[in-house]
Amino acid sequence: MQNRSGSASIAGDERSSRVAFTVNGDRRELTLDNRTTLLDTLREHLGLIGAKKGCDHGQCGSCTVLLEGRRVKSCLIFAVTLDDCSITTVEGLAGPDRLSPLQEAFVAQDAFQCGYCTPGQLCSARGVLDELAEGWPSAVTEDLTGVVRPTDAEIRERMAGNLCRCGAYPHIVAAIRETAGER
Amino acid sequence: MREFRYRRPTDVDEAVALLDADPDAAYLAGGTNLVDLMKLGVQRPDLLVDVNRLPLGGVEPLPEGGLRVGATVRNSELAAHPVVRRDYPVLARALLAAASGQVRNMATTAGNLLQRTRCFYFQDTGKACNKRDPGSGCAARHGQNRELAILDWSEECVATHPSDLAVALAALDAVVEVAEPEGTRDVPFVELHRSPGEHPERETTLRRGALITAVRIPPLPAARRSAYLKVRDRASFAFAVGSVAAVLDLDGDVVRDVRLAYGAVAHRPWRAYRAEAELRGRPFTPELAGQAADAELAAARPLRHNGFKVPLIRAVTVRALTELAESRR
Repeated sequence: MQNRSGSASIAGDERSSRVAFTVNGDRRELTLDNRTTLLDTLREHLGLIGAKKGCDHGQCGSCTVLLEGRRVKSCLIFAVTLDDCSITTVEGLAGPDRLSPLQEAFVAQDAFQCGYCTPGQLCSARGVLDELAEGWPSAVTEDLTGVVRPTDAEIRERMAGNLCRCGAYPHIVAAIRETAGER
Repeated sequence: MREFRYRRPTDVDEAVALLDADPDAAYLAGGTNLVDLMKLGVQRPDLLVDVNRLPLGGVEPLPEGGLRVGATVRNSELAAHPVVRRDYPVLARALLAAASGQVRNMATTAGNLLQRTRCFYFQDTGKACNKRDPGSGCAARHGQNRELAILDWSEECVATHPSDLAVALAALDAVVEVAEPEGTRDVPFVELHRSPGEHPERETTLRRGALITAVRIPPLPAARRSAYLKVRDRASFAFAVGSVAAVLDLDGDVVRDVRLAYGAVAHRPWRAYRAEAELRGRPFTPELAGQAADAELAAARPLRHNGFKVPLIRAVTVRALTELAESRR
């Protein structure tokens, strides 16, 4: 497998890059192997282990974080591409003294069982709430030019990128609906 | 994963020169497909040229009508654009039917068009695949080929193009703006992707190093009545088993103009010109729509496990056109 690594062809100082970005409001500067994903950077280099590595192929959603306020899959982003970007992880969703309304709704609605997917569900739901507020349509929106409502069908479709093997989906939908209603 | 060098050029010429100079280099846009394929060992670039910060964003109305969509416009941004939602529902619907919310926030317009097939054998480096490893054979030809092509495949490759967006752009006669070392040029969208033939590793007609900088969508007033119907194994977050993009323009009951394109049936987004010719100038009926689909699908050669796609595409064609015809009454 040594020939497949290709390492011989790349000088040591070109295999890594210096990158600086903001995570949950804190400026971070790192030198990283170019191959390091944002997910591995958060978990292995910054001690932020909220985002989870479920599939590592962009299919399960447990690694979801917010990049410039938009929900993305951190397992499919190389960290070296993120110079000067702003990232919010589940650790940054709550205020200093209390949980965010979305997190409180997850607790109140019993929207998790084992909790493994929950950080991704929360970050994705945060993104969904903003997308709904901005009037973005979804695949189940009947009138593309009309007003978008936070119905159960809309929430289910928009949360399709987050799997929950415990099957807490109905409670997750309820928690997001409750939060959307309070806005 | 193979180690790689990383560059983030600030202008298009620099990006194209970097690619042109290194046969193992690759452009990196949204990364939703490339990063995954690098993890799988399917793609092993030694240099990534990050195009995300090139000045290739924005959706602009064109003076003659239509839209110019920058290459790095994210799929979610394009789907939410008010002009797309009003004037090109087929485009908005195709975008919204694809992937998940997170992926749509990452994936770019150009990257979507250049994504690789999701053929299981292509993605598995332990299997023969002429597309991944030319000359190694095609494990899919007589393998688990339920999801794969029914039209225009070759003994060398039976893969399908996975994009939904590309099916809508084929129906809309979009134009792709390309930067190459020699300069820039326009490529009609229906000429962007290739049939597999003996060289399935060549997926587009672009030369090496070419960079898609924008996609132009011409004015088409009839597209306000358009649809994208996608059939898949799950209700959401799944690739198409078959899909139909349709634009229908009726004068009374007579078909004045029609655009039809099929997804997940061939190596390229499939513009259904034969079906369109059957429909044009005739009074629309669901029966005529079925005959039109039959004319297009007469060339179909289903594989062992995907014969169902022929009646499926026929049925979806009839449904899409009939719903569009009824929506105006």
